Amino acid sequence: MSQDMSESEENLPSEPSHAHGGDVPAVRGENAFADPGLPPHEHRRQDIDERAAKSSERTIAFLFLLSMLSTIGFIACFVVFPVDKIIYVFPFGHVSALNFSLGLTLGLALFCIGAGAVHWARTLMSDEEHAAERHPISAEPEVKAQVLADFAQGAKESGFGRRKLIRNTMFGALALVPLSGVVLLRDLGPLPGDKLRHTLWSKGKVLINQNTNKPLRPEDVPVGSLTFAMPEGLEENQERFQKEIAKAALMIIRLEPNDIKDKRERDWAHEGIVAFSKICTHVGCPISLYEQQTHHVLCPCHQSTFDLSDGARVIFGPAGHALPQLRISVNEEGNLIALGDFTEPVGPSFWERG
Amino acid sequence: MSTTAENSQRRGKAPAGERVADWADGRLGIYGLAKANMRKIFPDHWSFMLGEICLYSFIILILTGVYLTLFFHPSMAEVVYDGPYAPLQGQRMSDAFASTMHISFEVRGGLLVRQIHHWAALIFVAAMLVHMMRVFFTGAFRKPREVNWLFGFLLLVLGMFTGFTGYSLPDDLLSGTGVRFMDGAVLSMPVVGTYLSFFMFGGEFPGTDFVPRFYSVHILLLPGIMAGLLVAHLILVFYHKHTQFPGAGKTEKNVVGMPLLPVYMAKAGGFFFLVFGVIAAVASIASINPIWAMGPYRPDQVSTGAQPDWYMGFSEGLIRVMPGWEINAWGHTLALGVFIPLMIFPLVLVAIAIYPFVESWVTGDKREHHLLDRPRNHPVRTGFGAAWLSWYGILLVGGGNDLWATHFHLSLNQITWVVRIGFFVLPVLVFIATKRICLGLQRRDRDKVLHGRETGLIKRLPHGEFIEVHEQLSQEALHTLTAHDQPKPLEAGPEVDENGVERKIGPITKLRTKLSHGFYGEASQIPKPTPEEHAEITSGHGHH
Amino acid sequence: MKKLSARRRHPLAALVVLLLALAATGGLYAAFAPAQKAQADDTAQSLAIEEGKKLYAVGCSSCHGTSGQGSKNDGPSLVGVGAAAVDFQVGTGRMPAQQPGSQIPKKKNIYTQAQIDQLAAYIASLGPGPSVPTKEQYSPDGADAARGGELFRTNCAQCHNFTGKGGALTNGKYAPSLEDVDPKHTYEAMQSGPQSMPSFPDTTMPEDAKADIIAYLDAVNGEKTPSPGGLELGGIGPVSEGLFAWVFGLGAMIAVAIWVAARTTKAKKS
Repeated sequence: MSQDMSESEENLPSEPSHAHGGDVPAVRGENAFADPGLPPHEHRRQDIDERAAKSSERTIAFLFLLSMLSTIGFIACFVVFPVDKIIYVFPFGHVSALNFSLGLTLGLALFCIGAGAVHWARTLMSDEEHAAERHPISAEPEVKAQVLADFAQGAKESGFGRRKLIRNTMFGALALVPLSGVVLLRDLGPLPGDKLRHTLWSKGKVLINQNTNKPLRPEDVPVGSLTFAMPEGLEENQERFQKEIAKAALMIIRLEPNDIKDKRERDWAHEGIVAFSKICTHVGCPISLYEQQTHHVLCPCHQSTFDLSDGARVIFGPAGHALPQLRISVNEEGNLIALGDFTEPVGPSFWERG
Repeated sequence: MSTTAENSQRRGKAPAGERVADWADGRLGIYGLAKANMRKIFPDHWSFMLGEICLYSFIILILTGVYLTLFFHPSMAEVVYDGPYAPLQGQRMSDAFASTMHISFEVRGGLLVRQIHHWAALIFVAAMLVHMMRVFFTGAFRKPREVNWLFGFLLLVLGMFTGFTGYSLPDDLLSGTGVRFMDGAVLSMPVVGTYLSFFMFGGEFPGTDFVPRFYSVHILLLPGIMAGLLVAHLILVFYHKHTQFPGAGKTEKNVVGMPLLPVYMAKAGGFFFLVFGVIAAVASIASINPIWAMGPYRPDQVSTGAQPDWYMGFSEGLIRVMPGWEINAWGHTLALGVFIPLMIFPLVLVAIAIYPFVESWVTGDKREHHLLDRPRNHPVRTGFGAAWLSWYGILLVGGGNDLWATHFHLSLNQITWVVRIGFFVLPVLVFIATKRICLGLQRRDRDKVLHGRETGLIKRLPHGEFIEVHEQLSQEALHTLTAHDQPKPLEAGPEVDENGVERKIGPITKLRTKLSHGFYGEASQIPKPTPEEHAEITSGHGHH
Repeated sequence: MKKLSARRRHPLAALVVLLLALAATGGLYAAFAPAQKAQADDTAQSLAIEEGKKLYAVGCSSCHGTSGQGSKNDGPSLVGVGAAAVDFQVGTGRMPAQQPGSQIPKKKNIYTQAQIDQLAAYIASLGPGPSVPTKEQYSPDGADAARGGELFRTNCAQCHNFTGKGGALTNGKYAPSLEDVDPKHTYEAMQSGPQSMPSFPDTTMPEDAKADIIAYLDAVNGEKTPSPGGLELGGIGPVSEGLFAWVFGLGAMIAVAIWVAARTTKAKKS
């Protein structure tokens, strides 16, 4: 604590000290106005007035007491409120009584401990400021020289520099050994193979309406409607369901045949009913924000927009290519069927997609 | 501190506490440790406590996280829900989702702990970012603290990924969509993408492996590394001693503040309870990640407004505003629309992480710094920081473009375009504006030093002139306002050496000189007032 | 939260009362009118069509054409849209529109339910289309909310959000929030596919599936839907949560930090 106040009103420049070695010409504090030093310590009311100190003491004790009461309140709430009790608390709404009461009592119990401790530190513990010296972090030159000498001696005694054969083979061994670890990771998963190229769709597979689990018929699908379909044979309770629906999910809409601008799309449709993959070609979100007036479909994740009346080409957003279309027709029972698998991989692009 | 020998001689037997300490000292050498640290001085400033918020949220995360592991089942086995939440009864879901439902609706206090955990995670990363910005704008990253800056940066990055793996665990429809995005991003990587994706998910997405795998990463691997980094970070803070703002009595060679025992013990210890208390209160009044409203994940279902937690928001912005470029050639596909954002994502972070090294290279400053800079006195650094924040910020806007559209009645497509352009233009504008503001503030400081503070009092002089009374600043204030460096820019040296031979100046040196002029040239610093100027002015017309 | 927002909308409370009254009148009408006039059905029906035609000529024909054939830029053809579409569009105040466009917002309904029914009767007479659903069809009572939830997430959540809070579409269009929407209107919207929304006709989404969806909405987006964790924060996911964490979480902590680090008041030097 430096108490030597230079009370001079003269604005003396501080002692100029010059940069030692280094290409920076300026020094910290060059031309600074003189440092008057630490201001003298001033007393707080609590330091000089015992009544004020007593009052602080009472406040702090009260906070700690409040914390104790809150903890008791927490336990009481835990016991009293059933886990499913919902109460209305303005302005939070219909909330769980247990969550609300436990959180508030716990919060208060913790906060009061903290507030008490801080109030104690601020009002009753000494608030005199001290100045501690900093010490340079870099070692003194002698220490550095000693360390370098020690290292040189150790290195020499090991023969590390001289016996190059040992050194090089050791490096080789150390470089190779982590490979075992890498190899061990091999069975994290199977190789991709052509799994991303195929879906459950194949020739003759009936389109199942996901809402009804029944085959979809052309007359079920009016213009302007939106329906989602999955291949027959896929059931929600199957283990493969998640993996397969991630590729096979289908979006069915009907367009006026004259509204279809893309020739292939018209050819692959059945009486204007078109089936597009529901999986976005960007990163695979189930895309299905179909605007029936514009025939645009928007991805809710990254806003890629596709024009379903024009081969589902991308008209906005980060997707790189059109949504794959499934070629459909009807079978003899009059149900919509696929005429094969998708001709290109569905979902996000990948290196081998081609 | 008197030695134990003396004490025991005097009183026969030392008090119990001291005997325990003696026992420990004989084995751990605690007295040596305590001598250096017990009365260690810490300076007082609210912004120095931002790091503490991070530390305490981390501790809260560990505490609540351990509790959650007691109930959570990291399994993707399919179950049929039969719990108390009616709108999901009979639905198929993974065990992970069902056990999270169990925690939320059947374990007493489970919902509270879940919410504390999630709120603490959001606040943890937010506090890390703010803490990092405090360090950045005050130049606290300079020598000798560059390594600690990197530790802190790594903690931020790891915190983001720990958060991501954490909120993916319940396997709900929202987080599943996020995992789906991650799969798509991995798939976009040239050559190795599909392999990485298959290894990550144990086959095709979504498979039944990612929850248990994310689980061990989330509860063991990442927090383990983070705990190690955190300890190293704190050790370095102790070792370097804290920085301080310039002011009377504060120099590069000292640290002014109050001792660890008792003041900081009470303040920092108390602050832990305050932080915990605030988070508990937040968790009691505000719902977070209500997975029951989102439903279990299914790859063919989605909700609009699918966003990640805020700290991943800038990457979401990158991916949303990127045009859909894709190259198809030689039987291969390069999905630039996904891959470029994936590459820019780390670059955004690295841009700020490497800044300290760039600055010290450009300025050639090799000295230790313990006094902090006022941001205005470093217009280029402050401008860069503000530009980076605006960059980050506009990407966050892009990441929530759909919600901006619905809540401000704007067009999604227009917002996307604004972000596309803003991505390039905004940081430049912000840099220029910030630099100018800094220079303006420097001028104001100069004025204040030379002419004093404007008091707002109008005085009429005997000859009728009206003047505003200016009040001289105290010596303390004068010192504080002028304590900073005004380094001179680097010079490349003369074109010819002393022998008249032309010197070769490499392009790198040229660049460095140019940048250095940008940092410290006339356009970036207002010459600070000197005591001589001050003396001249005050003696000249110093009667008011 | 719900009550708060209701209070915030206080100036419009009168409108809500009015709508409820209208719905009640309509309901009463639907319950009693047809039964009473069953014997005179033909004449009553043609009377309604006649009245509806007059209303149509005043309120609708400028955009949709004198006999519902539609016009190229202003309004689509109404032939075959059915009574359900009319009841939805006029009942929610969307029609008559203030100006043509791709997104006609919901506003104050200016017709009585009787007038709407007359309009609907007239439009229905132009061509067959879905009729106004009966209370049994759209009532959530007895429907399976959990199945409705699954259907909602498959068919609706992509535009209207998990619990029907609404969301953005392209170029400034949006899917509206489903809060406080009359179940009848929800049902009619699914049936008729208003504006950008595709239709979900009975052939692909049967009546019971629609009732299930309405039951789900009633459970998760109703007046008394609990939000066990506390404030719902709009129910729109992590963006509002992040904002809350920054402003109230970190904000509160910084306020506390300022208090912790601030100098204690000094005693006045005297």
